[in-house]
Formats: sequence, C-alpha cells, structure tokens
Amino acid sequence: MTGFRAGTAVALAIARKDAMSELRGRHAAGSTLFFAALVLLLFGFALGPDSRRLAEAAPGLLWLAIVFGGLLTVARLHQLEADDGALEQLARYPVDQRAIYGGKVLTAVGAMIVLGGLLLPLVAILYGLDLATGWPALTATLLLGAIGFGAVGTFYAGVTVRMRAREVMLPLLMLPVIAPLLLAAVKATTAALGGDPFGELPAWLQLLAGFDAVMLVAGAATYGQLLEE
Amino acid sequence: MKTRILGVVALVAVAVAGANALFVVPADVNQGDAQRIMYVHVPSAWLAYLSFGVTALAGVGYLWRRDLRLDAVAVSGAEIGVMFTAFAIWGGMMWGRPVWGVFWQWEDPRLTTTALLLALYVGYLLFRRLTDDPYRRAARAAVVGVVAAVDIPIVHFSVEWWRGLHQGPTIGSPDRVLNPAAPGQFVIALLSMLAAFTLAWTWLMIRRYQLARIEWQIEEHGRLGRISAARHAAHTAAARAASEEGAT
Repeated sequence: MTGFRAGTAVALAIARKDAMSELRGRHAAGSTLFFAALVLLLFGFALGPDSRRLAEAAPGLLWLAIVFGGLLTVARLHQLEADDGALEQLARYPVDQRAIYGGKVLTAVGAMIVLGGLLLPLVAILYGLDLATGWPALTATLLLGAIGFGAVGTFYAGVTVRMRAREVMLPLLMLPVIAPLLLAAVKATTAALGGDPFGELPAWLQLLAGFDAVMLVAGAATYGQLLEE
Repeated sequence: MKTRILGVVALVAVAVAGANALFVVPADVNQGDAQRIMYVHVPSAWLAYLSFGVTALAGVGYLWRRDLRLDAVAVSGAEIGVMFTAFAIWGGMMWGRPVWGVFWQWEDPRLTTTALLLALYVGYLLFRRLTDDPYRRAARAAVVGVVAAVDIPIVHFSVEWWRGLHQGPTIGSPDRVLNPAAPGQFVIALLSMLAAFTLAWTWLMIRRYQLARIEWQIEEHGRLGRISAARHAAHTAAARAASEEGAT
C-alpha cells in the first residue's frame, strides 16, 4: 500500500512538473490547438458547403482533429525532456518506473482533455451541432478517449523519442493501434449527438473503457523497458 | 541439410495440394472457380496470425532472457507474417471482386482488421530499421510487438461491432461456401493446403532466422572493424606524435 502511495506521489510530481513546463511554454500548446482548429476548417472546405453532410461527418472530423493535434501534443511532452537529457536522469531516479509512466500519462490526458474540450464547441459552431442534449455522454466519451490516447501516446512517444525520423515513426506506429479508439469514440459521439436511438452508446463507452484499461496496463508494464537503455 | 529436405518436402506438398485444389476438387455451386481462392486465402490468414503470435511470444521472451536469438525469431515472424497478411488481403480482394462485386468491402470485419494488422507490422519492420544498436533495437521492437499483439483482439472486436451490433457471422464463413454435393472433398482440400502451407512456413521461418543471425554477425563484424580502425588510427597518431617529440 505504501508502495502504491509513493508511486502516486511520484506520478503526481512528474505530472505537475510536465504541466508546469507545458504552461510556461504556452507558445507550443497554443500552436497545436491552432493547428487542430485549422484542420477542422480545412475539412469543411474538403467536404463542401453542404451543411447536412458536414453535420453528419462532424463526429469523425472532430476525432481526427483530436488525433492529429494529440500526436503533436504527446510528441512534444517527451521531446522537451529528451532534448536536454532530462529523460535519462528521470530514468535513473530510484522510483517505480510505472509511476513515471503514470505521471507522463496524467499530463498527456490533461492536455488531451483541454484539446478535446476546446475543439468540441468549435466543431459545434463550424458544423452546426447541438450540444445541449447529449453533453453528459459527450463528456464521458471525451474523457475516455483522452485517457486512451494519453496511455497509447505516452508509450509510443517514449518508444520513438530518441529515434531517427521520429516525426514519421510516431504516427506510423501509433495510428493503427488507436484505430479501435477512433472508431468507438466516433460511434459514441454520433450516438450521443443523435440522442442514441438504438441504445448502443453504453457498448461503445465500454469498448473505450476496455481499450483504456488494456493500454494502460500494457504501457505501464513495458514503459520501464524503454527507459532502461 | 535437414532444412533443405524440409524445403523440398514443403515444395512438393504445396504443389500436390495446390494441384488438387485447382484441378481435382469440383467448383463451388454458387461461386464457381472463384471459391478456389479460399484454399490459399485461409492458410495465408492462419499463418499470418501464427507468425505474429510467434513475434509477440519471442518479444516477451527477449524481455525476459535478453537473448538476441529470440529477437531473430521475432523479426522472422514479423517479416513472414507481413508477407502472408499481404497475400491474404490480395487473395481476399481477388475473391471479393467476382463474388461481392467490389475489391474492398468496408463492411467485412476481417478485411478491415487484416488491413490494420498489415499496417501494425509494416510499422514494426520500418521501426526496426531505424535503430542501429542490436540490444536497444531488440528491446524496443519487443515492447512494440507486444503492444501490437495486445491491440489485435481489440481491433477485431471494435470492427466486428462497427458493422452493426446485432449482425450474424460474415459472408465468407466456410459453411456458406462449401459445395453440398461433395462436402468432404472441400474439407480435405482445405486441410491439405493448410498442412502444406504450414510446412512451407516452417521452412521459411528457419531460413529467415538463419539469415537474421548472419545479418547480426555482419553488423557485429562491421562494428568491430570500425573499432579496430579507430584504435589503429589513434595508435599511429600517438606514434607519430612520439617520434616528432623525439626529433625535437
């Protein structure tokens, strides 16, 4: 029990440190958000001015924008540390390495929640959606999606951070893995926005929760191997 | 020598089972000759899953024992698995065109799952190429391979649900394509192809493993060569410096 408590303290400390450096470097976070918003705008041009078609495609476009923005976010969270060798020092601290993973995931999930929380109203404005009815389900979807993306993203950012061509390798490795997350999140968002006429929302949220649990366990079990080099 | 015998046996087995599936077994009543694609399609898909299973197990084994031979097994599985996955998708598309009318059927969960499977392991192989140190590469590849393997069942479930939560089994299930007039012959043809392909797979795995060991030796040789060249250069430079000092 004490081990768990110590691990939580370490994770929170790392998350706090990461969040602080993220907030102080506001510039990068802001440009990621701007990039995701730009993606949403370009989707609008790509699909044409038909407002009904845009409203239909909106859940998918929202989650693609979150995925693209999220790729930049998780990469940056590791990059800052790897550039000045801080990651090596972090790995040498005599603490449980699962706690380091946990801390990194916490920051990533927080950043993803902010990203999704800001993009959702933007999608509603741009593509004409009504968020009033389905907002509890939308919030749950966003939370579960953020946790899953944070868990997978932290793992793969850790894998690729010290590699050549990491800008390409991160999306290449990560996108096929998060395909179930994308699929379930889009389905859940569609169901939430449409009032869930077929009652399928719980199943998709369960799938998201299951994905999150499996990826968190897999990430925690293997992340230490990446730090040990 | 034993591997060579195995190779010859596998070749003969694939030829015999293939000839049987192509010419001896009657055509399917509904699908005609297009159904014969199943005799290579099903074994390819099975071997793809088998290969990726081997890669995942070898990865776990590497993380446990830190033995580079296990990494050689892992890369063999991934490469051969990618080949069979591509083969399975190609066969499925060739079958889909006459039977479904399209090459790509988004509603078929197996096709979409297999496409993601291919993407996962092509990524794995590309990833391996970008790390030079053999131990670091083996460890990173092992964790990537394990996470990819963990993801496969989730991908399968999600895509299965995606088509609609309450639909029955897929169009391609074996009981729908068999000819009711001669059921036994179809089963024998399929099973013999499975056996022949698995023999060929075993031979390929052994050969790829041997190749991986040779590649590793060459890498090691190159590294030792560079080290001794650097040492030699340092030595001559030191000797030159010493002789210059002696001259002055």
